[in-house]
Amino acid sequence: MSKLTPPLPKFLRPTPPRPGQKEGPGRNGDGDGDGNGNGNGKPGRGEKLKDGALEGTAQVVGYLDERTGASPFLRGFLYRKTPKGTNWFYTLGSATMFAFVSQAVTGVFLAMYYEPGVSRAYESAAHITNEVFLGELVRGMHRWGSTVMIVLLFLHLGRTFVFGAYKYPRELNWVIGVLLMVLSLAMGFTGYLLPFDQRSFWATAVGVNIQASAPVMGPYIADFLRGGAEFGGATLSRFYALHMLLIPGLLGALIGAHLYLVAKLGTTAPPWLKAEKKELTKEEI
Amino acid sequence: MASNSPEKNPRRKSRYTADRAQPGAFEGETVTRRGFVTGGALAAGGIASAAFGLPALGFALGPLFEDGTKDPWQDVGPEADFNPETYVSKTINIQAEVGEAGKSTIYVRKYDPKQDKPSPSDIEQKIEPLPYVALSTRCAHLGCPVRYYRDPGRFVCPCHGGIYDIQGKVDGGPPVRPLDRHYTSVSPDGRVMVGERFSVNSELRRFLPRDPSNHLDGLWQYLYPARPST
Repeated sequence: MSKLTPPLPKFLRPTPPRPGQKEGPGRNGDGDGDGNGNGNGKPGRGEKLKDGALEGTAQVVGYLDERTGASPFLRGFLYRKTPKGTNWFYTLGSATMFAFVSQAVTGVFLAMYYEPGVSRAYESAAHITNEVFLGELVRGMHRWGSTVMIVLLFLHLGRTFVFGAYKYPRELNWVIGVLLMVLSLAMGFTGYLLPFDQRSFWATAVGVNIQASAPVMGPYIADFLRGGAEFGGATLSRFYALHMLLIPGLLGALIGAHLYLVAKLGTTAPPWLKAEKKELTKEEI
Repeated sequence: MASNSPEKNPRRKSRYTADRAQPGAFEGETVTRRGFVTGGALAAGGIASAAFGLPALGFALGPLFEDGTKDPWQDVGPEADFNPETYVSKTINIQAEVGEAGKSTIYVRKYDPKQDKPSPSDIEQKIEPLPYVALSTRCAHLGCPVRYYRDPGRFVCPCHGGIYDIQGKVDGGPPVRPLDRHYTSVSPDGRVMVGERFSVNSELRRFLPRDPSNHLDGLWQYLYPARPST
């Protein structure tokens, strides 16, 4: 193994011998002198089980790795080098992604009870809240999680901006991030209509009319969103399809591209860290 | 072709693959097999994608180009219900299939020749005034429902404070044009009928219905075209 390879995780490394134990590979050493062992150097029952489990895991991992070649990729992806000064602000992106995953999971389960028709939308949303077991909790997590995701998204955007992490060579990742922001806001806009109560109805009516106020294209965009000249049943199913299928798919794909670029380019050091001045060796001069 | 041959014009590349020393080139051919098959595969993929993509796109965009207007005459009550001084509110269906959400309130008043002067363009084109003034409650700012207050004779929008006078013309706030109106008529048995919506500019000239926030005056009106769906 070269020096550049990241170290193996601890559980894959052989255990070093304990003090007072004879030299040799670890793992099979019985707990000498700790009273649990049988004292004749044979492995105890617990040790045997542990060994078997480890071996079985290693075999499964080995089987998968041999057939997918995943381990070089995963090691490069998970054991990346990070700059000095990396701090809690660098977790905001992952936090936003976790909020997205939570929205996706709760959204899938909400879709099991929600019915996107004008006569049933409000009833089914009320049914989720009032009657389904834990329905209030799942709907509440989705409803408040959307706000959490937007807040985290803007904190992440602000961190990137203030730390100058959008600069060369990461401009493209900034552009992808802005697209993710627009799509997340579109998720909020389309999801707001789905409970189909007075608040969501009028908020969406106003929201669509704001888009209609754009010159030239505005009236056509509004017609597209409403599915016609008037707000109606077509509007609700359109928003449902956008919220459930089109925008989440785009979000997932763009998050993949965003993460790929993060892994490829690495993260930036915080701006308060100066580059270290290194003594040049003779060869370098 | 002679003009393409490298001897006459050395800067121009030969059209024969063999002359351009492409890998896999054959004597006398202008496209390599590899290039032909690549192009064919791309074309086949493009045609197959367009075969499902274009209909799907048309399916989603269809409502933009459909004429959504139907015969909409609705009975709002006998003529005795209305007077020229003040407005009476009535509920009509805008989108019948949506149920409660598709209903909307309108304010109806009898036409009063003293205060309802026809617009200059109506006089010019000899358009008869409508027997009743039926104002839509959809605010011309962003579409919230306006409410009529009898004492000041004003319509007020709850969202951003748009104010309209008794003719529906903008009296204050952010709206960009007067309240929309509906066509009205009186049936032979004396019932007031309310028809399609139309928009008006500040002179009360009639236009095809526009969305709220779309201007109808000055140069702005050219930035907000009438749509096929109205």
